Amino acid sequence: MRNVSGLLFAGGLAFLLLVLASQLPYGHTAMTLGGAILAHAPGEVHTANIVAAVLLAYRGIDTLGELSILFTAAAGVGLILGHSSLRSNNVQQSEQAESGFITTRAVDLLMPLLIVVGFYIIFYGHVTPGGGFQGGVILAIAFFLPALVRPGNPIDHGLITLLEGLAGGGFILVGLWALWYDKPFLQPIFDSFLGTGPLGSLWSAGTLPLLYLAVGLKVGAELAGLLVTVVDVPDLSNENSDSNAVNKK
Amino acid sequence: MIWIVSIAVLVMLAAAVAVMVLPNMVAAVAASSVVSLALAVLFALMKAPDVAMTEAAIGAGLSGLLLAMGLKRLGLWRLED
Repeated sequence: MRNVSGLLFAGGLAFLLLVLASQLPYGHTAMTLGGAILAHAPGEVHTANIVAAVLLAYRGIDTLGELSILFTAAAGVGLILGHSSLRSNNVQQSEQAESGFITTRAVDLLMPLLIVVGFYIIFYGHVTPGGGFQGGVILAIAFFLPALVRPGNPIDHGLITLLEGLAGGGFILVGLWALWYDKPFLQPIFDSFLGTGPLGSLWSAGTLPLLYLAVGLKVGAELAGLLVTVVDVPDLSNENSDSNAVNKK
Repeated sequence: MIWIVSIAVLVMLAAAVAVMVLPNMVAAVAASSVVSLALAVLFALMKAPDVAMTEAAIGAGLSGLLLAMGLKRLGLWRLED
């Protein structure tokens, strides 16, 4: 009976897919939106990087949704791994010795470079490839590496939460700022201070660099908090071996 | 061009198979990072540098780090087996 129902399901799925495939117009351009954006974005949004124009100007609310998805994921990890039962023997964890000389000094040398690269990628996201998400990941790794090699002094969770909240609120505030000019939510604004420069310069894309800065700080704070939460979880293998020993007795 | 793409695809496939067959967990995590790294090269060759940067930062860097820390916490971190 289960085989028959499985066969029926597979056959129905194949039939539906065949119907869908038979209606596709093969040999024609699927979408003309890409060409239109390529033609209009440099004149409308003044970004040299078209991806930034799509991500923040044409599809800004989607980016806000992505940020909320990332926030929900990080909050879920924090909720599960930050549970008090997992932190009971945390004292032993924080007394871990720091890593060896070479690793510690290498991280000390790498951290400023990673911070500079991360902020460069964020600030020039509308000019060159890159942007808030990529730069944010690099910033998160830059601030996480010292906490990895020196378990004694971890990153302050309160500071991370504050930074994340400020960045998320800033993104929405920049979006609401457009309403002041009688424009839709999250539409880029070009006034005398922002966005007067020529195409390809830093001050060229209106409020888009501000939005990318907010995205980068939010992504960086969230991922750094997530990594610190994971590193704070004590070694589960000892507990397992302990419980195994108890079971054997 | 076609040779670079072929080499990247071969490296990707070999690393993906290695993730499954390697008995050492740490080596498997490293191999999964190699998959992402070769994919980032492919994206860069296809003129999508934004996606290539994301793939390199998240796929090769962050997810490898997370998997490695997970191995450490679960007691599976053994360099020799």
